[in-house]
Amino acid sequence: MSLREDLNSLFESPSWSGFGRPEQLFTAWSPALDLYQNSENVVAVVELPGMRTEDIEISLHDGTLTISGERKRETSNGERAERTERYIGKFRRSITLPTHVDANKVSAVYRDGILTVTLPKAEEAKPKQIPVS
Amino acid sequence: MNTLVDENRDRDRAQTEQFVVPSASVIEAADGYTLEVEMPGVNKEGLEILVENNELTIIGRRSLPKAEGALLHHESRPENFRRTFELDPSIDADKISARVDQGLVTLTLPKAEHVKPRRVAVS
Repeated sequence: MSLREDLNSLFESPSWSGFGRPEQLFTAWSPALDLYQNSENVVAVVELPGMRTEDIEISLHDGTLTISGERKRETSNGERAERTERYIGKFRRSITLPTHVDANKVSAVYRDGILTVTLPKAEEAKPKQIPVS
Repeated sequence: MNTLVDENRDRDRAQTEQFVVPSASVIEAADGYTLEVEMPGVNKEGLEILVENNELTIIGRRSLPKAEGALLHHESRPENFRRTFELDPSIDADKISARVDQGLVTLTLPKAEHVKPRRVAVS
């Protein structure tokens, strides 16, 4: 099979849906995002394999958390990509937070290709125990 | 040459554990191939790479961050990763090397000496 035939088959063959996530070929890069909430924090977890921390941007505006970034192509001369399923380029994910958070205390950790953003709840948003007298 | 990325799907059917097929890219250079496989949540300890019968199998077991609380929005999948590639005969299976950095597994698959392009000196 020639390379050209192989590439064409990626786009035309329905059997390709059996492996990988073919919808990614046609849509923008949309990394998986989970959002948790506990009594102290709202926590966002995003799958971003193979990024550099300087290429990840986190912002908070009007109760919406936005995580964006760019993965740059690193193929050097003399190399050619034979089959590419990995995304190269930009992504942007936004999610509305369920409660007010303290923007000054937001922290983020990037480990094993997973970004974890911890957003401490604002004092007024934390659950309070009301003593009954 | 294209057999590098052909997959053997029959082998997976007998498995009881469910795996996610990770996204991958193959880059060819004169002296070999580079295979990049996306496995977010997988580090060196969770990575298993097997070469058997001219097949390369990559299994990534995830160590995900423990997020405690109520799940409000969920897109990730909890399964581990697994993918099998058939190796092209030009690849020197003894010299395959791998590293993992931030959930990206990079395998270097050098071509055997006898298939590398070489310049023949004219006397």
